[in-house]
Amino acid sequence: MRELLPVAMLGGVLGLDVVCFPQMMISRPIVAGTVAGAFVGDSATGMLVGATLELIALATLPFGASRYPEWGSAAVVAGALVAALHIDSAGTVTIGVLGGLATAWVGGWTLVKLREWNAFLARRKRSALDHGSRGAVVGLQLAGLTSDFVRAMLLTTLAYGLLFPVARAMSALWTFSEVTSRAVTVSAACAVAAAAAWTIFHSARGARWYFAAGLAVGLLLLTMR
Amino acid sequence: MSAASAPTPRAVPSPGPTPPVSALTWISIFGRLLAMQGSWNYETLIGNGIGFAIEPALRRLPGGVHGDAFKTAMTRESAYFNAHPYLASVAVGALARAELSGVPAERIERFRIALCGPLGSVGDRLVWAGWLPLSSLVALIAFGNGVRPLAVVLLFLVMYNAGHFGLRIWGLYVGWTRGLAVAGALGNPVLRQGPAYIARAAATVAGIAIPLAAARIVAGDRVTLGAVLAGGAIVAAGLVRLHGRVEGWKLVLVLIAVFALVSVAR
Repeated sequence: MRELLPVAMLGGVLGLDVVCFPQMMISRPIVAGTVAGAFVGDSATGMLVGATLELIALATLPFGASRYPEWGSAAVVAGALVAALHIDSAGTVTIGVLGGLATAWVGGWTLVKLREWNAFLARRKRSALDHGSRGAVVGLQLAGLTSDFVRAMLLTTLAYGLLFPVARAMSALWTFSEVTSRAVTVSAACAVAAAAAWTIFHSARGARWYFAAGLAVGLLLLTMR
Repeated sequence: MSAASAPTPRAVPSPGPTPPVSALTWISIFGRLLAMQGSWNYETLIGNGIGFAIEPALRRLPGGVHGDAFKTAMTRESAYFNAHPYLASVAVGALARAELSGVPAERIERFRIALCGPLGSVGDRLVWAGWLPLSSLVALIAFGNGVRPLAVVLLFLVMYNAGHFGLRIWGLYVGWTRGLAVAGALGNPVLRQGPAYIARAAATVAGIAIPLAAARIVAGDRVTLGAVLAGGAIVAAGLVRLHGRVEGWKLVLVLIAVFALVSVAR
């Protein structure tokens, strides 16, 4: 678990990117999973789980006040888990995705708590804000950014610290073959991605035909391999 | 954005002479725009972020940071505000121009209220439901085609952030140059028709990306891949028919958890 500290720091930075700063989408699973995997020494495996989570994450759009899973820290935990377990275990990708989804769920809850915490801080500074205090405005912003970084770092630390021994034990007891495990996981992820594509794009004129045309191209590319 | 929801451009005069603002101030404002949602909360939403971003410009008001003009403007600009975080740059530019040009407070407050809705809905459709999924899907195609991890990550980040930073810079520029007359800029064809074009492109790319990404992750034979895609299509049809009553990612979490339990317990 020597990797815990760098993974926690990475989770803090990428968790911060989800909402607060700088929203460059370095927190997207395909990025965060790959980078976390690289931190633990296996970016290719990290990207496998990151891409799977990316398919699932297509269904959750970060609209304003809506509640959504926090993918940044979650993908870091998932990418680091699979890279640490190594790809030779049959259930690695499935276990990583499971760990990532569980962390994303808890992460979504922590985002709600962070917003309530920010509101509490703003209420405490109400008088200063009403008098145009520059210090109060800047202070609130810095307090919010710091809180979010700490939130994401703690979440990553706890999730990785708790899930790593569980994941290792599961990996040792895993009985399904690697292909079956990945097939079940990816089938579920593809279902969410396809449903998300329909939900997001179906209102655009002709979108179903564009999707069908794309699918034909994708399948053609696969048969040509 | 619907035309009805936008502030009417004719209701405001052309902005007055451009107040002088240094390059350093612009860099400071732009840097702060990246932290727009730093103190996001359920009461003032991004209000404090607007005040935080506009503060370097307000220092140029008569009396500086200790003057009444600065404090009154800070109070006004840090109040409740809602917008897409990227398009909030339009508001910051326009409000900075209005404050430094001495526009009456009531007009600024009316303008602020009018700007909230359009900047939220346009940004959500253009970025969250358009550019972001499109960029993700393009990266998934690269991944599915066996591109190396670093190249996939760079492809996604460069593509997404070309749109991201472009939108923020454009927003700040039109906000500042047009001031309270910025509503007309929100009729820009990219903002009005862009989401529909992006949606069609993303639908096409989704069709290509999903089977390619699945093939790379499964790394099995054609029969297995066929079963994966067929199973995925059936579950996807079920999810669509449920009209969002079940969140897909939660369903996957439950399915995989049950699968994992069976795998370790049998």
